[in-house]
Amino acid sequence: MKSPPQTILILGASSAIAQATARQLATSKTHFLLVGRDEERLHSIANDLEQRTRCKAEIFATQLIDTSQHGKLMDQAVKVLGTKIDFTLIAYGTLPDQDTTQDDPETTLESFQVNFNSPASLLTHLASHYQKQQSGTIAVITSVAADRGRKTLYTYCAAKAALSSLTDGIRGRLFSHNVQVLNIKPGVIDTPMTAHLKKGLLASTPEKVAKDIEKAIEKGKDILYTPRRWLLIMFIIRHIPEKIFKKLTI
Amino acid sequence: MAIGESWGKTLKADQDIRPRYWANAPLPELEDGKTMLPYGLGRSYGDSCLNDGGILIPTGEMKKIYQFDRENGIFRAEAGISLADILQVIVPEGWFLPVVPGTKFITLAGAIANDIHGKNHHSAGTFGRHVLGLELHRSDGTRTLCNKQQDTDLLNATIGGLGLTDLITWAEIQLKKISTSMIESETIKVRDLDQFLELSASSDKDFEYTVSWLDSVAKNHGKGIFIRGNHSSNPKYSLKPHDPPKLPWPVDAPNFMLNPLSIKAFNFAYYNKQLGKQKKADVHYDPFFFPLDAVHDWNRIYGKRGFFQYQFVLPTTKDNAAVREILSLISDSGQGSFLAVIKTFGDIPSPGILSFPRPGITVALDFPNCGKKTHKLFEQMDEIVLKNNGRLYPAKDACMPAELFAQTYPETQQFLPFMDPAFSSSFWRRVHKDT
Repeated sequence: MKSPPQTILILGASSAIAQATARQLATSKTHFLLVGRDEERLHSIANDLEQRTRCKAEIFATQLIDTSQHGKLMDQAVKVLGTKIDFTLIAYGTLPDQDTTQDDPETTLESFQVNFNSPASLLTHLASHYQKQQSGTIAVITSVAADRGRKTLYTYCAAKAALSSLTDGIRGRLFSHNVQVLNIKPGVIDTPMTAHLKKGLLASTPEKVAKDIEKAIEKGKDILYTPRRWLLIMFIIRHIPEKIFKKLTI
Repeated sequence: MAIGESWGKTLKADQDIRPRYWANAPLPELEDGKTMLPYGLGRSYGDSCLNDGGILIPTGEMKKIYQFDRENGIFRAEAGISLADILQVIVPEGWFLPVVPGTKFITLAGAIANDIHGKNHHSAGTFGRHVLGLELHRSDGTRTLCNKQQDTDLLNATIGGLGLTDLITWAEIQLKKISTSMIESETIKVRDLDQFLELSASSDKDFEYTVSWLDSVAKNHGKGIFIRGNHSSNPKYSLKPHDPPKLPWPVDAPNFMLNPLSIKAFNFAYYNKQLGKQKKADVHYDPFFFPLDAVHDWNRIYGKRGFFQYQFVLPTTKDNAAVREILSLISDSGQGSFLAVIKTFGDIPSPGILSFPRPGITVALDFPNCGKKTHKLFEQMDEIVLKNNGRLYPAKDACMPAELFAQTYPETQQFLPFMDPAFSSSFWRRVHKDT
């Protein structure tokens, strides 16, 4: 069992899952750096964490999609949290509208910029940092959508599959350096990103995901399907023969 | 549009659901003639949390704490934070909510909009009395700060204002000090209404919390178990908050599960689970205040047909004949359920214009939805309530006729100027016909 992380870097801190995870991990000893776009929202999240637990929460507002700023961002993280960052969470992404992206290369590439290129750049920075640090956890929120490209969501699936693959590869690189690399694959979660979708009984909450993430850090897990039932659902989906799968509207 | 239902599951509404996540977000833009209504956790039983044909704005994800002053117990947070969430944060620091209802799964703004009351009404009044200030987001885009110094009338309209006076973005409340999270409780069997009233009167001085579970099937009306308690300051106890709930009720139960026989059996068992006349026990605040929260979706035990709750208050009189008359109607009808409570309200006034509680006796009962039969019973009870200067609690109501509301809530005229013209609810359109 690992001890709970005390220095925490959250990239995409205003996403619902990031907020719930921060609340779940916060104790009076935690020191956060919350990174995101909207300064006012970041302030309200940081203040909420401090009021709840008397932790220390600082913010850094930047356009995460602008990869040229990532070097500066890493410097800032080290300046605020010190060289030992116990836990980093990459938690941003967008759910592009399939009907719009599928006939428009521009919006397809734009969504790749948010869902893959930008986190890939950060992960590369983080991998070098953690290789020197020789401890801690990098966690990346990918998606169950990474497991198989499908008709109704393939632009999203493709970016998440690439991010998932990169994450798993970096785990191999950092394994001998005592660094945990956690690939978090949430199922359908009730968040602002999915507010416009009809959600069935399978939908879960950011709070449930946050609890699972906390446990996965403790146990040093590699891949987390959350809620757990998605492990079975995606096992089945991955094993449907393509001959049949291509006919399905899922 | 999506179909929504409230806690009682008897009323449905087709609504455009637009959740709100951020305090700095704009209100939805309205098409002509449409209205909007803020929505918390949907624990109102009837249609006060529904807006058929309009926009519903769930606020449950707006739950940030702005300031928790641990020295003075002043707590300011966004509208959608739940009482459960607040308790998790404040109890370990030695603070408690000034007033809690029978469930902790309601929001801060919901507690204000319904001006909820609890087992300490006689000693603390309603929730609204402990509100220090709040911010309202109006449909014209402006924001108004209301407190005891400025826009106090608007604050008083918002307390008990059923979400119709604009959207509350945040509120500030005064907490109460505790030294442990335990309650020193006593449960006492009572034979009838007279004994209940005696016990209630003698307990209200020394006990912060009093209520009685009521056997609604019993022929000797008022028979039940009287519960009273105080926060324990015994140093052997800690300030441990409640655990997260574990047991969701899995599916809608079959309609026949609750029938006169099963209810009689439950009531018999509940009354007799305690052998002695009086029992003392130190219990955690969670089972003391929120026994039903242990089963998360307990409303499903009534099955698909749903259920009603009927809660009235009647002024105390010399013989309390009206209360007796209603209790006898219920026991004769055989329709009552096992969830029935009776409490005497104290005379501490609420600042809320439309606030429900007033001095007297309040009774809250569940009724499985048996269609016409149930409505017939409600009509008879409504008549007694009206004749005897009583009234019904909007948060629980699904059936009150407009005339009954008009006659028992004359304060409506005073309330109307504070309503936001773009806000409405299914409940409001049902009970207020002048609009």
